[in-house]
Amino acid sequence: MMLDDFMIRATLAGVGVAFAAAPLGCFVVWRRMAYFGDATAHAAILGVALSLAFQMSVFTGALVVALLMALTVTMLSRRGYAMDTLLGVMAHSALAFGLVAVSFLSGVRIDLMAYLFGDILAVSRADLAVIWGGAALVVALIGWRWSRLLTATLNEDLAYASGFDPRKEQLFLTVALAVTVAVAIKVVGVLLIAAMLIVPAAAARNLARSPETMALTAAVIGGASAVAGLRAAYVADTPAGPTIVCMASLVFACLSFFPSRAQGRR
Amino acid sequence: MPLVTVENLSLRYGANTVLRDVDMVIEPGEIVTIVGPNGSGKTSLLRAIIGAEKPSSGRVIRKPGLKLGYVPQKLHIDPTLPISVERFMRLTHPVTRKDCVAALKRAGAPDLMKRQMSQLSGGQFQRVLLARALIDRPDLLLLDEATQGLDQPGSAAFYRQIEEVRQETGCAILMVSHELHVVMSASDRVICLNGHVCCAGSPAVVASAPEYRALFGTGTGGALALYRHDHDHAHDQCDTTREAAE
Repeated sequence: MMLDDFMIRATLAGVGVAFAAAPLGCFVVWRRMAYFGDATAHAAILGVALSLAFQMSVFTGALVVALLMALTVTMLSRRGYAMDTLLGVMAHSALAFGLVAVSFLSGVRIDLMAYLFGDILAVSRADLAVIWGGAALVVALIGWRWSRLLTATLNEDLAYASGFDPRKEQLFLTVALAVTVAVAIKVVGVLLIAAMLIVPAAAARNLARSPETMALTAAVIGGASAVAGLRAAYVADTPAGPTIVCMASLVFACLSFFPSRAQGRR
Repeated sequence: MPLVTVENLSLRYGANTVLRDVDMVIEPGEIVTIVGPNGSGKTSLLRAIIGAEKPSSGRVIRKPGLKLGYVPQKLHIDPTLPISVERFMRLTHPVTRKDCVAALKRAGAPDLMKRQMSQLSGGQFQRVLLARALIDRPDLLLLDEATQGLDQPGSAAFYRQIEEVRQETGCAILMVSHELHVVMSASDRVICLNGHVCCAGSPAVVASAPEYRALFGTGTGGALALYRHDHDHAHDQCDTTREAAE
């Protein structure tokens, strides 16, 4: 059976995360929410601790905390706090609380490194189902709201004038982000989720002339980085998660040397 | 039934009252202009009409099925977001290529379809915003300082375009402007706003109202003089002046 091979499972997991992260990452870049991914991801560590304490699955714990965190930030940002301040406060306090919470779990020695950097090579069939299920959900959600999300990103008042509430769209984005973080935690780990969101999307910018092609290109770059990164990690015996992100960063670096097509023409 | 009825509208941010007891009505096909000093709540009023601001008290009644075309004061497109004019036009409504071309032409910006939004000049950008607002054939077009960043000939041409749009499509227009002299000659009705409605009526009535003079006309200087200059002439002569300015 094909799925018996751990490398194939790992590759499928990486590609699944890359697909979910691509369209989402584009919005994160366009809306200048780069640290939103970081903050949500850091909060997920607290989720991991809670899930171990209450014996839930790591996915559930991470999802709940990531959602709470994302909603809190969204709500507070409407009260006039600057987004970067808010994200800084939330990200670091969530991480600190998470680490403290972990220390209370006596008897359970958990491998925090595994959650910080992920362990893509240990992905099981059940994990794979969660990852692809989550990725499909995220892609469907973003695809369904695409036009409205894009309008709300460009200008909130345009959204109101067209008869819909941009804050509701922001909520869809927030939920999708939380789901992605929860899904990706096992694969690339907390510290690298934000990278998988931002790096492929940023790399795709130079090649794209429309929002849609940017999202697709980001998916291709992310997927290819996962495949190439895993291969390289296997050959060179390097940690898999970071190697995947290294690949994506190399693509970004290469593409940045070329003049942007979008600005180059006419 | 009027397109929009604003009843007793008040708007507060915390302790700060931005609008109080504003009443106004917009009828089909008319051009209404809101003038007022900085911080007088012009943009807030417009945003309340599109539903972006929740009234603290009072209400905004929109005619059922009313289609709004909105041209915001400023639209920043992040440089990381690649988007062509054509794609931007299709942002909120699925439209045919033909409609796109027609709307761009009506807004005075033909031949821009394939350009990236980031490559447009200020004037082109405003025209594309106008075209996008027009594409769904709105019943009411809302313009918030739409000529910001345009030079005088540019904004004169822009206002002329808007008059043409009204003639062609019959849509009502509500605009906010600080360019008193241009606005006064182009509007059917003027509302002078300063937290509340100071005075309202035809341009001539508003211009001679003491409330308006208190806000804009100190002696013979400033905007009132500019306004008088334009209004002392006949309308067609006014047009010639603007033509010449271009």
